[in-house]
Amino acid sequence: MDTPCPDKAPADLAAAEACWQGAYAAQIGRDRPVCNRSGIEIKPLYTPRDRDGVPYLEALGFPGQPPHTRGIYPTMYRGRSWSQRQLIGLGAPEDYNARLRQLLDAGATAISLIPCNSVYRGHDADEVDPLLLGTCGTIINTVEDMALCLRGVPMDRVSVALNDALPFTLAAFLLGVARRQGTDWERITGTSNQSDYISHFVANHMFFTIALPGSRRILGDHIEFMNRFVPGWNPLSVVGQHMQQAGATPAQAMAFTLCTAIQHAGDCMARGLAPDSFLPRFTFFFDISISVFEEVAKFRAGRRLWARIARERLGARDPRSWRFKFHAQTSGTDLTRQQPLNNIVRVAVQAMAGIFGGLQSMHTDAYDEAISTPTAEAARIAVNTQNILREEAHLGDVIDPLGGAYYVEALTDRMQEEIEQIIAQVDAAGGMYAAVERGLVQKAIGESAAAFQLRVERGEEKIVGVNAYRAEEAPGARPALERPAPAVVEAQLARLRAFKAARSSAAVEKALGALAAAATDARENVFARTVEAAEAGATHGEIVTVLRRELGFGHPLVAI
Amino acid sequence: MIGRGTAGAARVLVTKIGFDGHDRGSRVVARYLRDAGMEVIYTPPWQDIRTVVKLAIEEDVDVIGISSLATDHLLVPKLMQALREAGLGHIGVVVGGVVPDEDEAMLLRAGVARVFHPGGRLEEIAAVVARLAAAGRADPTRA
Repeated sequence: MDTPCPDKAPADLAAAEACWQGAYAAQIGRDRPVCNRSGIEIKPLYTPRDRDGVPYLEALGFPGQPPHTRGIYPTMYRGRSWSQRQLIGLGAPEDYNARLRQLLDAGATAISLIPCNSVYRGHDADEVDPLLLGTCGTIINTVEDMALCLRGVPMDRVSVALNDALPFTLAAFLLGVARRQGTDWERITGTSNQSDYISHFVANHMFFTIALPGSRRILGDHIEFMNRFVPGWNPLSVVGQHMQQAGATPAQAMAFTLCTAIQHAGDCMARGLAPDSFLPRFTFFFDISISVFEEVAKFRAGRRLWARIARERLGARDPRSWRFKFHAQTSGTDLTRQQPLNNIVRVAVQAMAGIFGGLQSMHTDAYDEAISTPTAEAARIAVNTQNILREEAHLGDVIDPLGGAYYVEALTDRMQEEIEQIIAQVDAAGGMYAAVERGLVQKAIGESAAAFQLRVERGEEKIVGVNAYRAEEAPGARPALERPAPAVVEAQLARLRAFKAARSSAAVEKALGALAAAATDARENVFARTVEAAEAGATHGEIVTVLRRELGFGHPLVAI
Repeated sequence: MIGRGTAGAARVLVTKIGFDGHDRGSRVVARYLRDAGMEVIYTPPWQDIRTVVKLAIEEDVDVIGISSLATDHLLVPKLMQALREAGLGHIGVVVGGVVPDEDEAMLLRAGVARVFHPGGRLEEIAAVVARLAAAGRADPTRA
C-alpha cells in the first residue's frame, strides 16, 4: 500500500495530521461510526489540535480550585483514600450487625444500611407477607432494631449512609439510639442516601412515597433540622444512579441530576435559607457504567459544571458549596447472569472509571448481583476489588491521572456540552419538579432504555456471554442463595410484638398526634416530630401511615 | 369477551407485584411487545395479587408477565393459585428478572410457563408470549 507520507515525519502539526488522516483512510477502508452511550461520536484519534487555544487554568486548574475539573480537594486520594462504602442489608438486625463487623474488619471505612423492601414501601414486618421479609435488606422498624444493627459500632467514628427515603424514620431511629447511648448528635456523620424524592418519582419506584408536594416539604424540613442539630450529616444526596440504572445515558443522568440539585437548592432558598448554609452538605450519588472514558468524562464535566452552577447560578460564596462530592456505585445493569465470574472483571473496570473520575466514596457490586442478593464471599471480593485497585494498582497515587489526555479532555468538553443542552431543556420545561410532574424526564429515560436494549438485541452492543462469546454452563456453576431462615423472620416478628407491648401507648399516640398536626402546619418541622415519635416508640409503619394520611400517597408517575 | 374467538392481537398484562420498584425491565419488555403489535396493559410496580387478578378479568388478558428483580417472584405461586380460583387457568404466566435457579424450578412447578433471565432476548420473549396467547385462546376451559 502506498504511504502518502514522506519517510521523515512532517515538522508541522497540521501537515502531520493531514498525512496521518490520509494513511488512516487508506488503510481502514470503510470506517464504522463509533458512538458512546450518550450518543456522542468518538473519533479514532485525539491530538493537541482538539484542544487548540483552551487555557489550562480556566478549563482545568488545580485540584481544589475552581473549576474543580481535576478534583474537589487539593490532596485527593494522596491525602485520604476514597471511602469504601459497601451497601449491606440482609435478614434481621443481628444478621446485619454480623455482616457489618465483617466488612469493617476487611477494611471498610464507612458503612451503609439497606432496609428490607417492605420498609421502603412504608410497612412494618407484621403488615406484609413474611415470604418477602429480609430477602433484600434488613428488617428494621423501630429504634430498638436500629440499636441492634449498630451494636458495637462506634457511632461517632464511623460514617453511616442510611438508605433512608423520606420521612427519614431510619435517621430518626439513629438519632434516638445516639441519644440513648449518650453520643452527641454533633459528632455523628453520615448521609441520608435516598432523600432525593425526585429521583424516586423519575426512575426508581423503590421507596416509600408521599405525593410530590408533601415530599418536597418533608425534604426541606429534614435538611433544615439536620443542618442545625446534626451538622456533620449530609441530609441530601442527589441521585443520578437511579436514572442511569433505569436507562438514562450517562450524559442524561448527569444533566438530570444537576437539574434536580438546582431544584432542591431553589426550594431551600425559597424557604429563606442562604445557599452557603446548605450547599456544603449537598452530596451526589451516581452510577458507573463500564463505558470507561465516558464515565470519567461524565464525572469531570459534572464536577466542573456544578462548581459553576453553585457559584454563578445559586450565588454560593463559600468554596465548600462548590464541591461536587459524590458517592458512586458500579452499575448492576452491566452485570450478567451468564458466566457470572466475568462480573468481577466488569466491576473492576467500572471501579477504575469511578476512581479516575474522582469520586469520594464507592460501592463495588458483588459479582452475583444478577443472580441473587450477594453472598458473603461475593461481598468480600467486591471490597477487595477496591483494595487491589488502591494498594496494588496504585490508582490513588496521582491526582486526576487522565487529566490532559487529548481524548479525555475533548470528551469532557463534549459531554459537558451535551449535559448543558439537556439542562437548558429542563429549564425551559419549568425546572426538574415540573418536568417530572409532566412525565417528560421519565419519557426520555424510557426511550434511552429501549434504544440501548435494541442495540443489544441487534448485536450492535456486544455483551460477553450474552450475545457474544457464549458458553454452555452447568446449572451448579451459580452460587446458592442466602435467605433468612423462617425462624429468623418469626423471631423478628416476635420482637416487634414485644416492643409494641412494652412501650407506652399513650406516649406513642401523643407523638403521632403531634406528627399529624405538624404535617399540615407549615410552621412546624415534620422531621423534628418524626424524631420525637421514633423516640416515643412509634414504629416505621405507624409514622408512615400518619404522613400518608395527611399528605397523600405518591403514585408512581410512569410511562412505557 | 364474548364472541372474540381466536382473532385479534394478544392481550398482555405487564406488571410487578410485591415491593420492588425497579421497572426498567418491565418497561422495555412492555414497549417491545406493544411495538410488536400486542395489546399491552402496563401497570406501575407494587401491585397486589388481588389487583392483578381483577385487571386480568377486566382487561381479558391472554398472558401475564411478572417482572421481579428483588425476590418478589416468591409471591407468584400465590398469584397462580388466585388465578386458578378465579377460573383464569387459561392465562399463561411468565416471569422475568433476577430469579435464582432453585426459584425457577419452584415457579415452573407452580405453573409458570416460562422464566426469562437477564440477557434474555426480547424477540424470544415476544415469541413465547404470542404462543401462550394462542394456546390460551384455544383452551377449552376458558370461560
